[in-house]
Amino acid sequence: MRAIPSFEIGELRRQLKYFSNNKYLYLLLLPCVIYYIIFNYMPMYGLIIAFKDFRFSKGILGSPWCGLENFKYLFGLKDFYRVFGNSLTLSLLRLVFFFPVPIILALMLNEIPFLRYKRLLQTVIYLPYFISWVVIGGILVNLLSPSWGIINSLIKALGGEPVFFLGSDKYFRVIALISYIWKQAGWDTIIYLAAITSINPELYEAATIDGASRTQRIWHITLAGIKPTIIILLLLSIGNIMNNGFEQIYILQNSSNLQVSEVFETYTYKLGMVNGRLSFATTVGLFSSVVGFILLMIANWIAKLMGEEGIF
Amino acid sequence: MRVKNALVRGPGDSFVEVFSTLTVSVFALCCLLPFAYVFFVSFMPYTEYLENPLKVIPSKFDLTAYRQMLGYKLIQSGYQVSVFTTVVGTILSVFLLVISGYPLSKTNLKGHRFFIYMVLFTMFFNGGMIPNYILIRNLGLQNTVWALIIPGCINSFNLILMKNYIKSTVPETLEEAAKIDGANDIRILFSIVTPLLKPAIATMTVFCSVGYWNNYFSAMLYLQDRKLWPLTLVLRELVVENTSAVSPVTQMLTSTHRSHPFTLKMAAIIVTITPILIVYPFMQRYFVKGISLGSVKE
Repeated sequence: MRAIPSFEIGELRRQLKYFSNNKYLYLLLLPCVIYYIIFNYMPMYGLIIAFKDFRFSKGILGSPWCGLENFKYLFGLKDFYRVFGNSLTLSLLRLVFFFPVPIILALMLNEIPFLRYKRLLQTVIYLPYFISWVVIGGILVNLLSPSWGIINSLIKALGGEPVFFLGSDKYFRVIALISYIWKQAGWDTIIYLAAITSINPELYEAATIDGASRTQRIWHITLAGIKPTIIILLLLSIGNIMNNGFEQIYILQNSSNLQVSEVFETYTYKLGMVNGRLSFATTVGLFSSVVGFILLMIANWIAKLMGEEGIF
Repeated sequence: MRVKNALVRGPGDSFVEVFSTLTVSVFALCCLLPFAYVFFVSFMPYTEYLENPLKVIPSKFDLTAYRQMLGYKLIQSGYQVSVFTTVVGTILSVFLLVISGYPLSKTNLKGHRFFIYMVLFTMFFNGGMIPNYILIRNLGLQNTVWALIIPGCINSFNLILMKNYIKSTVPETLEEAAKIDGANDIRILFSIVTPLLKPAIATMTVFCSVGYWNNYFSAMLYLQDRKLWPLTLVLRELVVENTSAVSPVTQMLTSTHRSHPFTLKMAAIIVTITPILIVYPFMQRYFVKGISLGSVKE
């Protein structure tokens, strides 16, 4: 028997005392830890069915391995490249046309001199964020309907032919982009406005004294002041390139715009939940999350190379 | 300072102010118009709509569509499910955010970094749709309202926000004083810390309740039984889906000629968003404060 050196016992005692002193803090944290293990980390473990031929009767562990079969099949599939392309296109459209909108709106809100009116405007532009995509999709589908939508009634009244906007490949991306800006842009100003309030007001005073014009102050002080926030949000959106948001796309999707509207989330849903190919659907999901995660890492690394603060 | 500013005001200043005010006003108007249109059309009598489909404001407020909509069984059960999940889910979420955010705000607690990374990692990587579905099915939560409440009841983003808020507002001296008086951490949390968290709790209540009320994806994934459908899923079937001729929805929409299907659909939308529109003016003053409380960055 090896004698336990006394300093180890002392250390152990100290540890035990520490935990007993803080036992209530750990107790408070316990439900959260259990929740994360079950509802966040168990599904990650469930991702291994991408490498298996999953059957509910056999369970995750009991289902036979199939190696990279699912991936080989996926990469050989024509649909996969179309879905990949659609997801990327929608995200890039958002990055280019959506991303600057909340920044511009926040800069403009900041210049509005009438405080009460400014607050009223804020209240109004935040509103769409709180409305479900089902409702927004429902409004859009009906406003754009070829038989009773007001847009087409207007076209007909002007002597034109009604257009089935959501039933064609041509308009889907524009509609998805505009409705996204409409719902999200107002709300996203909040984080920039918060960043703007933390800019030191003395900077503006000094610049004014030095003769800087209003636009110069906006550019060199306000915009420069929120640059770190812009970069963090840009990183996050780059990390999100593979996610288009199931709720919006699915609600605007129908069989005639599928060619451009099928994205990873809706494709996974249909494969898994409609066709019951759970393993293959998981493969698709895993592929898109891994690519998204890698993109985020690369973006974060580049931001750090450029001397900016990253996310991690 | 005001005087100095006034002295150097040039024509550029007025231009920037006018231009900004106008542009944001136009954007705000665009945010409101669709709702206003839906609201008016939902009261439009059928004959008036047929006469002129471009008519926006009805000559009288016709409630037929609402009577029909509120008499629809799935709308009634949907309302019950949505109210239940929103109330129970929000209480559970906010409670969990407070009790978990408090220990996470203690930076010198052993294992702090580990717990934070446990939370942060899930913001960037997750199991995704199908593994979640398998989990819910294996837990026996499928086709129960709990499938709408429990998954997602701790949102990592909100948790980090809460943790940052606690760290930045609760003075440590206060807790130390209570500790000397012999109070344990749980008592300190509920009797001393929680009252200081009112603004954060209000913000979280807003975020969680709107999230629960608007969600339709979990319901689509986990609930096959239509009686358990929340309002959003019922609305989707009514308003968006190209329903087949045999479905009960199509039958309801076509069998009665008292309202145009379009008017009915608009009424269904108003019925769904009314609770949010009612509480919105009260809650909006909280979230502006709430979001600026702490950034997501760890």
